[in-house]
Amino acid sequence: MSRPVQYNTNLKPAVIPEGYAGEGYFSTTFDKIVELGRKNSLWPLPFATSCCGIEFMATMASHYDLGRFGAERLGFTPRQCDVLLVAGTISKKLGPVLRQVYLQMAEPRWVIAMGACACTGGIFDSYSVLQGIDQIIPVDIYVPGCPPRPEGLIDGVLKLQELVQGESLRRRNNPVYQQLMESYGIQ
Amino acid sequence: MTNEIIQQKLTEVFGEQLTGWETPYDMLTFTAPRDKNIEVLRFMRSEGMGFNFLTDLTAVHYPDRKDEELCVVYLLNNMVERVRVRMKVYLPVSNPDIDSATPVFATANWLEREAYDFFGVNFVGHPNLIRIMNPEEMDYFPMRKEFPMEDPTRKDKDDAMFGRG
Amino acid sequence: MTDNTHTHPHHHIKLSEESLQKQTTTINLGPTHPATHGVFQNIMEIDGERVIRTTPSVGYIHRAFEKIAERRPLYQITTLTDRLNYCSSPINNMGWHMTVEKLLKINVPKRVQYMRVIIMELARIADHLVCNSVIAVDAGALTPFTYVFQSREHIYEIYEEICGSRLTTNIGRVGGFERNFPAQAWEKLDKFMQSFPKVMKEFEDLLNRNRIFVDRCVGAGPVSAEMALEYGITGPNLRAAGVDYDVRVAHPYCSYEDFDFMVPVGTTGDVYDRYMVRNREIWESYSIIVQALEKISNIERSDPKQKEIFYAQEADHFHLPPKKDVYTKMEALIYHFKIIMGEIDAPKGEVYHSVEGANGELGFYLISDGGRTPYRLHFRRPCFIYYQAFPEIVKNGLLSDAIVTLSSMNVIAGELDA
Repeated sequence: MSRPVQYNTNLKPAVIPEGYAGEGYFSTTFDKIVELGRKNSLWPLPFATSCCGIEFMATMASHYDLGRFGAERLGFTPRQCDVLLVAGTISKKLGPVLRQVYLQMAEPRWVIAMGACACTGGIFDSYSVLQGIDQIIPVDIYVPGCPPRPEGLIDGVLKLQELVQGESLRRRNNPVYQQLMESYGIQ
Repeated sequence: MTNEIIQQKLTEVFGEQLTGWETPYDMLTFTAPRDKNIEVLRFMRSEGMGFNFLTDLTAVHYPDRKDEELCVVYLLNNMVERVRVRMKVYLPVSNPDIDSATPVFATANWLEREAYDFFGVNFVGHPNLIRIMNPEEMDYFPMRKEFPMEDPTRKDKDDAMFGRG
Repeated sequence: MTDNTHTHPHHHIKLSEESLQKQTTTINLGPTHPATHGVFQNIMEIDGERVIRTTPSVGYIHRAFEKIAERRPLYQITTLTDRLNYCSSPINNMGWHMTVEKLLKINVPKRVQYMRVIIMELARIADHLVCNSVIAVDAGALTPFTYVFQSREHIYEIYEEICGSRLTTNIGRVGGFERNFPAQAWEKLDKFMQSFPKVMKEFEDLLNRNRIFVDRCVGAGPVSAEMALEYGITGPNLRAAGVDYDVRVAHPYCSYEDFDFMVPVGTTGDVYDRYMVRNREIWESYSIIVQALEKISNIERSDPKQKEIFYAQEADHFHLPPKKDVYTKMEALIYHFKIIMGEIDAPKGEVYHSVEGANGELGFYLISDGGRTPYRLHFRRPCFIYYQAFPEIVKNGLLSDAIVTLSSMNVIAGELDA
């Protein structure tokens, strides 16, 4: 199918952190390099249960290609992943499983709640559905929509990148973070 | 094979035991007594009738009907003649025992588990009658009319605001 | 070995006797394993690579559709049907609309029926594309997947022009459509029809005679016709086993009797047969759309007035009046209010209607007691019924075959657990 080719002239390359540069070397502080690396190479763990999972597939596939933002490497084991991408309804029966998966992830770990169901339970206000995953695990980014469009998810990932960039190297030592974890009963 | 012929064949064998004959929206529907359900299913499956496909099995809760609060509905399909037939069996909610259809149709296995999970119909002779959708710890049958749809743990909703007060 | 009842706190995994004696291995596949395509749990007893026993457990995304449906006015249930088999939502939507139309005894104009056929067949193509390309992914080939997803996006673009949504479409209304197809939708449909055969041909060239793919699929997870009928398997899986049962032919709805198409059947019912049946069905769906387009243009040519009609007049009280009228006319405003608030009573009755969903016979069993909501609504979800045959199908096969078998059965978690 022929489409008019449009070149994006508003490209924003990754911002080079402050530092000293010279012939063949560049030096900056360690945390900035780690930030840069973490931000541009997020490994998502797709916890895809239902409809949102299909939109997530579309986001990963050729048309939208999440790989452009450095997040194409899906890890299917929680031990290796940075981002828990919860896409779809989480029922009360699945809740403990989700929590288990979250606990298995190593720090630093972030959570994206994709879609209305993961955010709030969505249209399923019923006895069997967990009314938002933030009841059992902390969530960093909420992507609304039922399901969100792939663009929405990409926006969510970009927002997460901002968050990742702004975070200190050892976020788990942060008292606010520790308090948050404590409120969920997570050590 | 038309609805009339099926009805005629069934009455020849079971006589007055089958009741409630009707054809809502062209589908033959009848009610069988609760101890005859397997016999009727076997007959329907036999060579002469050819209903060898159990399309669906479900239950309905009618709290207002005394002693027949639960209704188990079987939907049978004759693929060759392209006819469907619906069979109903009524049960009292206080004693919801009915013979399992699993010896006749393997399909009935999970469908009966679902009906048990949602309505508490006790299928006698089922190989593994445990809850299928809900966690095993659940202590009620959620699809019965008296139980609420909403999540009871949710605090942020005021019923009065939604016209449900 | 002191504790013989080693159980997991949530899943009650009980190691079997053979496993405790180290003759077999118990593995837990799921509920979030990527190879399970959704949240299914299979506790498998394996001897080396061979599957001895499988215990599936489901219900991990049980959302209580049937309970929710008892609280929703009829037309609001369309949104629930979207989320059954979300790979082909429009078929579910149309199936539900037709169920309500059957209850209300509404006759839909021919042109609208053909438009519905187009939408449903597009959905079938999209669903089969996902399923077949995912079989390839599970067999180790990612290329076909990325390749056909492009075409699937084109189908989504057509939906978007018609109803404004991609996946959970909520397309159509009781009696017809919410609005006429816009010109862009027809344009995009034309473009899709031109480009798709080439894509599909290439997809088939990549896989159909691919040695690795064929070796992985032929003979894996076979289903005999008797077994298929015994377990209530419907749809492409049943046809792959050699039974030519298709709801579109056996109990025609939505004027499918006007169309000329084949019902492809397989012989052994293995993964390859299921794959081939779906591929063939994509071509048949394509030809149905071609025929539907022709029929629509014939209708429009013979009676240009038909072009403006996009819903049945009898369903007026279920159809939102145009916004322009709502703001200016009293009657339209009242209807708008009544429909939005769901204050329109349905007649008393008991209806079963089924459509040929992308993975089998999707039935709606609706009992109405004359109120605004159904008294009881039961969905006959095809994959819930046929997934119970899975342990039987993969028994004595290889573990890797079990994975391709699962993907070739097109089991959709949302539909299974309802």
